[in-house]
Amino acid sequence: MNRFLWPLIGFVALVILLGVGLNLNPREVPSPFVGKPAPTFSLPVLGSEKVFGPEDMKGKVWLLNVWASWCVSCRQEHPLLVDLGKKNIVPVVGLNYKEVRGDGETDMSKTDAATEARLARERASKWLLQHGDPYQLSLLDIDGRVGFNYGVYGVPETYVIDKAGIIRLKHTGPITPESLAKQVMPLVAELNK
Amino acid sequence: MIRNCISLLAAFALSLGMMTAQAREATPMAENPAIEKRVLAITTELRCLVCQNQSIADSHADLANDFRREIRLLIAEGKSDQQILDYMVERYGDFVRYKPPLKGTTILLWLGPAALLILGLTLLVRFLRRRNQMLGDTALSAEEQKAAEALLDTAPQDKTPQ
Repeated sequence: MNRFLWPLIGFVALVILLGVGLNLNPREVPSPFVGKPAPTFSLPVLGSEKVFGPEDMKGKVWLLNVWASWCVSCRQEHPLLVDLGKKNIVPVVGLNYKEVRGDGETDMSKTDAATEARLARERASKWLLQHGDPYQLSLLDIDGRVGFNYGVYGVPETYVIDKAGIIRLKHTGPITPESLAKQVMPLVAELNK
Repeated sequence: MIRNCISLLAAFALSLGMMTAQAREATPMAENPAIEKRVLAITTELRCLVCQNQSIADSHADLANDFRREIRLLIAEGKSDQQILDYMVERYGDFVRYKPPLKGTTILLWLGPAALLILGLTLLVRFLRRRNQMLGDTALSAEEQKAAEALLDTAPQDKTPQ
């Protein structure tokens, strides 16, 4: 009896271990920023001459959503954000990330900074017009350096930032109805208390 | 990002045939060989988060280029290698390092393989010892001997088994 019991237990344990492992998302790398202040920056706002920094949101719970027009999975989550924007529960700030140089098709050696900035504004506005604009405002991170400071490695990414400017959650990849209902919204509600 | 990975795969397939060309391509802005040498050394220690089983040095992903750009800037600012690694860990976490520091969250990573090896060896030794004992010579009882003789239908004079 023992002869078969122990290998069986070992086998079942291995199956459970591998099963759990297969269901983990290897792209979900824990962010070192959770619990730390959102890195400061100053970026141009899309469709305006203003600049914006995270200090401007002090006292509010808000979402920072990293997106780009070339990002295919952003299209997947976008209707959810548009829906969220309509409900007026939490302000969403868009961080347009490497709009031009990130698409992998533009020859950057032939594009100067001014052209890149103009193209970025054009493409971002056009995309928001086409897919809906859920953002209170959209920031242009043309060279991706602010994204780098936030540890962005796969667009879309979404950060929940509290009233004191502390990052409370980082969600990598497209937001799903489940992650919105189970993770993001309860956290926003709690932080707003 | 998926596109990045696909182009990366294509680039990898191409580079299999021309490793030297790949090494050259990974450092496109080779202006100062001393700096590039340091960039290469640091990026070999860093994991690319887009295609996770590659180092930044090996990766053609867009993000890897950003890493190299940041590292060049930090070197220009006079930062040490350790400071640069810390800067990356601050932004991307311990995951970005191929040799993360030994601490609570990484202890399984560092000690897990050794623990599994010890467990495996212990089980193997126990199993072998037990098998040896079972294989050891055991004398047949008189009854068994009779039965064996009957089965063989012979009359062996040698009574020791085997």
